[in-house]
Amino acid sequence: MASHARQCFEEDYMGLITAQNISKDYQVGEVSLRALFNLNFEIEPASFLSFVGPSGSGKTTLLNLIGCLDIPTAGSLTIAGTDVVGLDRKERAAFRGSHMGFIFQDFNLIPVLTVYENIEYPLLMVQNVPLEERKRRVLSLLESVEMMEQKDKYPDQISGGQKQRVAVARALVTEPELVLADEPTANLDSKTAYMIIDLMKAMKAKSGNTFIFSTHDQKIVGAAEILYTLEDGTIVDRKETGGNGHV
Amino acid sequence: MAMYNILKIAIRNLMRYRRRTLLTSSLIMIGVVFVLVFVAVTGSIKSLLIGQITDSMLGHIQIHKKGYVASIDNLPLTITLPPKAMKTVETIIRDIPDIEAYSPRIKFGALFSNFTETTNIRLNGVFPERELKTVPLLPERIVKGNKDLQKGSILIPELLAKGMKVSVGDSVVVIATNKDGSVNGKQFIVGGILESVTGPGGRDGYIHIEDAEEVLRMEERELSEIVLRLRNFDMLQDVYASLTDSLSGKTNEAGKAIFEVHTWEKLSPFYNIARMIDIMTFFIKIMLIAMVLVSIMNVMIMAVYERMREIGTISAIGTMPGKILSMFLLEGFSIGIFGALIGDVIGCAIIYILNISHITFNFGRQTGLLLETHVGITDLLAVSIIVIIVSVAASLQPAFKASRMEPIYALRHV
Repeated sequence: MASHARQCFEEDYMGLITAQNISKDYQVGEVSLRALFNLNFEIEPASFLSFVGPSGSGKTTLLNLIGCLDIPTAGSLTIAGTDVVGLDRKERAAFRGSHMGFIFQDFNLIPVLTVYENIEYPLLMVQNVPLEERKRRVLSLLESVEMMEQKDKYPDQISGGQKQRVAVARALVTEPELVLADEPTANLDSKTAYMIIDLMKAMKAKSGNTFIFSTHDQKIVGAAEILYTLEDGTIVDRKETGGNGHV
Repeated sequence: MAMYNILKIAIRNLMRYRRRTLLTSSLIMIGVVFVLVFVAVTGSIKSLLIGQITDSMLGHIQIHKKGYVASIDNLPLTITLPPKAMKTVETIIRDIPDIEAYSPRIKFGALFSNFTETTNIRLNGVFPERELKTVPLLPERIVKGNKDLQKGSILIPELLAKGMKVSVGDSVVVIATNKDGSVNGKQFIVGGILESVTGPGGRDGYIHIEDAEEVLRMEERELSEIVLRLRNFDMLQDVYASLTDSLSGKTNEAGKAIFEVHTWEKLSPFYNIARMIDIMTFFIKIMLIAMVLVSIMNVMIMAVYERMREIGTISAIGTMPGKILSMFLLEGFSIGIFGALIGDVIGCAIIYILNISHITFNFGRQTGLLLETHVGITDLLAVSIIVIIVSVAASLQPAFKASRMEPIYALRHV
């Protein structure tokens, strides 16, 4: 199915993300390890998409490249019309801050900030949004993720599921075009995992962001509308599932 | 606004590791307290001793004929300032408002006899009123006898009085050789006994300047030195520069300078002790800097290591490296300012306690000198600013490391 992705380019369709022949090698001592090899794909705006595959298949590496946390060893990667491979460290940080939201497997909330402040953080420290606008957006998201009552609590005072809801709100507060979630449900029980995926879908439906998440949890992959399967650093399958339920 | 929020996060991070923050701040605080108390005590001792030396004998500045100081141990009568030179100096002195008083002196070596025994003595011929205005602690040194120096009377040092078994009211003879080589003597009544003071002149006696002129058979008044007292001791270098400027242009017929000007520092060996105190203070400050540097650096390196995932997270969501750098620098700054402020408060409290405790100490033969510790706002500010700057400097490397960290590497950290 990797050929299907390549076919997209042949149709000359410019999506939100365009990857052309991207590869990623890691140098471990004198040995070079190939994590991704010659990937080609396009992702349309407002997609709800998942990269699946076993551990070591390259899901996280690919998400890191799309998230501009890392740069490909070869190939070109264009996101929202910007060739991100050519960006330096500061430009990548600025690009992430203005175009992307991140949801992490371990929630990664800032422990010294309250729920409210964690959600507010990107607006305050990254985008310098004025107070009134910040307040409006944070309260709206707190409402959406049903965390209003916990807004003054610190991360160590809430459950794992609640933390991930806060993380979802933090990722969405800047109204990014792209939300990246690396194994967002890995540290959650099944019920909470479904809740988080449903929440992500609901938020996507509401705001039209593109959600890309990686998972190896077969129970939740069915939620994705588009499913890319990776094996040994290459895309072996692309499936449009409609994302109507959990598999 | 952004800086306020960075500071808020920095302070919360410090509060998160409360015990560690308190320990580090305490270490800085102890250093600051130690430095302040040391500066206050040594500064007090130093200024007290300088005051004793300058106000008892030396004065703040002395003016001599060029070449006199090089031969000062011989008390030469050939290197003197004639009346014309004195007039020149007086004209210049009057134009310098920072000079409070001045006293001309004729200094010479003489034989001192109680009619049965003879010893040598260094004598200062002075105008008593002007001398007392210039060295106001002189009367305190007169332990026996009249505090006024009358014509025909002599003030002699205590050790000489004891050695020669002479007391107040006794007749003595002073015999001196004048600059032409002829010898002359004059009888004096012992008017008072002087307590010794440490340093040059500590064993000097005093007579009226007119008596000195008579003993030395001077046809005109030839001064050995002119001693100056300043209104404010802190103006020492300014007045010195001003005098040097004014007097350096005065030359004799051969085109050579007539005068030389010296501050007390060049005339007293105690200056070296004062310098040693300054050097010790400097090294104590270096120790403080090292203490702050090591403790803050240690804490900040730990903080960066422990919060690597957080750094990765904030970096991933787009926080610019400069803000991450500021966050860690502000943590170091906050610890520094906290330690410095608490140290200042405790240091001042200890200094106050030392003052109300009325601690006394002895110096040479002087006993019961009161330790009046004082730390100036300049010292407080200097120590605090050093601590704060060093705290920020010590945080620089860890903060820089945090800001340069690749988020992907930081996020992987367990």
